Amino acid sequence: MAVERLLKDEATEEKGERARMASFIGAVAIADLVKTTLGPKGMDKILQSTGRGRSVTVTNDGATILKSLHIDNPAAKVLVDISKVQDDEVGDGTTSVVVLAGELLREAEKLTNANVHPMTIIAGYRMAAECARNALLQKVLDNKEDPEKFKSDLMNIARTTLSSKILSQDKEHFAKLAVEAVFRLKGSTNLEAIQIIKKAGGSLVDSFLDEGFILDKKIGIGQPKRIENAKILVANTAMDTDKVKIYGARVRVDSMAKVAEIETAEKEKMREKVQKIIAHGINCFINRQLIYNFPEELFADAGILSIEHADFEGIERLALVTGGEIASTFDNPESVKLGHCKLIEEIMIGEDRLIKFSEVEMGQACTVVLRGASQHVLDEAERSLHDALCVLSQTVNDTRVLLGGGWPEMVMAKEVDDLARKTPGKRSLAVEAFSRSLQAIPTIIADNAGLDSAELISQLRAEHHKQKSNAGIDVISGSVGDMEKLGISESFKVKQAVLRSATEAAEMILRVDQIITCAPRRREDRM
Amino acid sequence: MALAFDEYGRPFIIIREQDKKSRLRGLDAQKANITAGKAVARILRTSLGPKGMDKMLQSPDGDVTITNDGATILEQMDVDNQIAKLMVELSRSQDYEIGDGTTGVVVLAGALLEQAEKLLERGIHPVRIAEGYEMASRIAVEHLEHIAQKFEYSASNIEPLVQTCMTTLSSKIVSRCKRTIAEIAVKAVLAVADLERKDVNLDLIKVEGKVGGKLEDTELIYGILVDKDMSHPQMPKRIEDAKIAILTCPFEPPKPKTKHKVDIDTVEKFQTLRHQEQKYFNDMVQKCKDVGATLVICQWGFDDEANHLLMHHNLPAVRWVGGVELELIAIATGGRIVPRFQELTPEKLGKAGIVREKSFGTTKDRMLYIEQCANSRAVTIFIRGGNKMMIEETKRSLHDALCVARNLIRNNFIVYGGGSAEISCSIAVESGADGYPGVEQYAIRSFAEALDSIPMALAENSGLQPIETLSAVKSQHIKEKTPFCGIDCNDVGTNNMQEQFVFETLIGKRQQILLATQVVKMILKIDDVISPSDY
Repeated sequence: MAVERLLKDEATEEKGERARMASFIGAVAIADLVKTTLGPKGMDKILQSTGRGRSVTVTNDGATILKSLHIDNPAAKVLVDISKVQDDEVGDGTTSVVVLAGELLREAEKLTNANVHPMTIIAGYRMAAECARNALLQKVLDNKEDPEKFKSDLMNIARTTLSSKILSQDKEHFAKLAVEAVFRLKGSTNLEAIQIIKKAGGSLVDSFLDEGFILDKKIGIGQPKRIENAKILVANTAMDTDKVKIYGARVRVDSMAKVAEIETAEKEKMREKVQKIIAHGINCFINRQLIYNFPEELFADAGILSIEHADFEGIERLALVTGGEIASTFDNPESVKLGHCKLIEEIMIGEDRLIKFSEVEMGQACTVVLRGASQHVLDEAERSLHDALCVLSQTVNDTRVLLGGGWPEMVMAKEVDDLARKTPGKRSLAVEAFSRSLQAIPTIIADNAGLDSAELISQLRAEHHKQKSNAGIDVISGSVGDMEKLGISESFKVKQAVLRSATEAAEMILRVDQIITCAPRRREDRM
Repeated sequence: MALAFDEYGRPFIIIREQDKKSRLRGLDAQKANITAGKAVARILRTSLGPKGMDKMLQSPDGDVTITNDGATILEQMDVDNQIAKLMVELSRSQDYEIGDGTTGVVVLAGALLEQAEKLLERGIHPVRIAEGYEMASRIAVEHLEHIAQKFEYSASNIEPLVQTCMTTLSSKIVSRCKRTIAEIAVKAVLAVADLERKDVNLDLIKVEGKVGGKLEDTELIYGILVDKDMSHPQMPKRIEDAKIAILTCPFEPPKPKTKHKVDIDTVEKFQTLRHQEQKYFNDMVQKCKDVGATLVICQWGFDDEANHLLMHHNLPAVRWVGGVELELIAIATGGRIVPRFQELTPEKLGKAGIVREKSFGTTKDRMLYIEQCANSRAVTIFIRGGNKMMIEETKRSLHDALCVARNLIRNNFIVYGGGSAEISCSIAVESGADGYPGVEQYAIRSFAEALDSIPMALAENSGLQPIETLSAVKSQHIKEKTPFCGIDCNDVGTNNMQEQFVFETLIGKRQQILLATQVVKMILKIDDVISPSDY
């Protein structure tokens, strides 16, 4: 009799070779998709959302591209996942990690076709990854001791990261901007203290770094527009009608006169509250919630600048940078910590009026104001700058750096190749394949730049067989160049994360020999 | 479907809507059931052993799971067939009872069914087969106890325990750093174990995962990890010698359960109410402060005002902590969960040496570590890994390892792994078969053959010649009279499992054999399957 049906309707099951093929194809397709964005001459992608408005994003950032795709292939989802994690952890290298994993799987596919067991391939890949990591560790440069050199390292890294993005035209400008911002953080990786404000108009070069804090809000009417030596109270309290919080309370009156009385009482209550706030001896009051006209007027009378409806993040940041605490009760003015800053003023950027707090208590905070021709440019610029900031802040913590331009890949490939020669057994095939995958990255960079990759890579390999070579691909001139002189650097932490995540993902996909897809959950048709 | 007709040719209707149901009877039913059971076992067969492959499962919502754990595969497969569901149950009960060997038990059951099919073809009655299997399983279990070895360990010598956990982990994706994880698992289990009573409450071990970092960063925390941060961004991030008030009441004005209304009709009432409200918040915070708490952990939310007052009184607080976590914190810190502010007393506070907040990566994730607790009996294992799937899989693997360690503490007898126990049992059952007169003898022999299928699958998955390897090992068993020889899956060069340190727990193995036999017996006894036909 026929084999009993085991799974539910519409569920599919793929086994053995077919399963492996499905996952290889899916993963390689994803890698090919983002491949063309790699390197300084990589191209961008346009993403159109299916939601209302069909909004368009133009980007070069691997994680952003993959995040916006709706993918059905389970293996491809694994790759999307690693790129997301790379973004969360180190912020950059999101494309490289997917491309490397894709290349590893492409090589693995060839090996399985030659009847090498996936487990053998995995064993080989593990050995190779370990060896590659050690090779990098040996060649790593660390300029922790020398602040001057370290700063130039950071500049190099920032420039290298930015060179593949939309900001590449003004990379010098932005690299300086990013490095300065990160230096202000003094070693913390808390990027919250760096605020990025996007304002359309002007050109990218007009972007600037501002010490202090800029709040995209308006000052209440009739209040001072400029305050020196400001004492700031940051609050999170209701400044409309302070409603009674006791459960079940309600107002019930029987005459108009009573209504008026209660109204006065309410007003009185608000006045009292405002008095209490003023009693703190402040001249600037910032609230998370709305401030109604009545209290606003009271503040204006007292000559206090009040800002309403600063969102949660704004409040938290403000409290952080001005050194005040977020207050919700105002009975003990002596023990509430107020925030301080030298100057609050309203400034104009383009057409918009913003509030600037300069010389705040905590010097770590700063604001980057991005200017650009359109919202798309600004969005992409923000993503690029975010990448650069992430990498830099990570590098400040882990000061080891590597050269860029395909140099680390070639160093690893060489070591791994040596290992392959020493390894007996079928595993050596996998180790060799690993080295080929590593070399694929400089190849793709060269290809994307429209260079003769085969020629360049072979030259590069020859260079690397000399002792202490700094050779990498100089995409601008289209030849092999000295990376140290060109000042192209990458962070060790990023490279290591790329190597590790890509190997892990490839291993995970290789181990699969069966894919079972459950029947999709039925949704009620709302159409 | 067969119908009976009365003298006028009308059919007797016995089952409601009889014509809409499909029915399988007799040998056909048994054959169909066996085929289904075998199909399930076949799916898992390739996942057995250190070189076993993983399965990729896509859930109805499109989430991807990659795993090698038998119970998880079957649970997520969403099977439709009744017998297949029985097999899923089988693997689940092994998971609940022992926690490990979920793949092995299904493969064994599949092999038993396959053998039964052959016997059925020879015309042996299914019940006789079932009885034969029962006898055989008894022989096998007796033999297992005979070859089992007592296993010495102590709190200071955890090496043997670690070795056993490593055996379990070697078949999982985490095999790369099995040593670290095995050590973590053993230490965690020993921390919560009650060695006198030989009992381990695995609920005290919390497994928490966070994407990012590498697998090697996985750590054991002697304390509790809560995926929450302080309620106010400016509260201290580090508290030493914390006295913790564990509350299940919100920092909000009370909401009596009985329905009530407060009517405000005069200005005075309005003002009293306002003062009352402020007093509530002040009282609450003051009560916490009075008993000497330095940290408040609350199951519910805080009102903005209360939050600020807490901050103001320098009393750090954590809100929206889940019930389970709250209980664990209470256990770990030796505190009591307090449902009302009025009942807060200094004795009910929990104590912890250090409480600190730690942030990860470039995103704003923060977690709260509560360490050096008064009662260190609750521990947390914090897993890091490349991606979500990796962490989920590590969690499952770790669960297996924890269960193994627990089982060893409950019963410290072990058998050797790598299929050696199965081979040894198979030989014993084979020779025992001759002692039984009657048809059962055939069934017992088949049982022995079925036992062989586990080492066979191991060898196959490791890329060895299955038949050749198995027969070589078998003859070695008989010649050298050692029960330690198994399949050399990792290509180490020796097949002596004692030297390779491949152990499994006795109770786990015994349970596998007993459970598999029971389910197979049940399946064999079915001779009629009535199911609603497709509509």
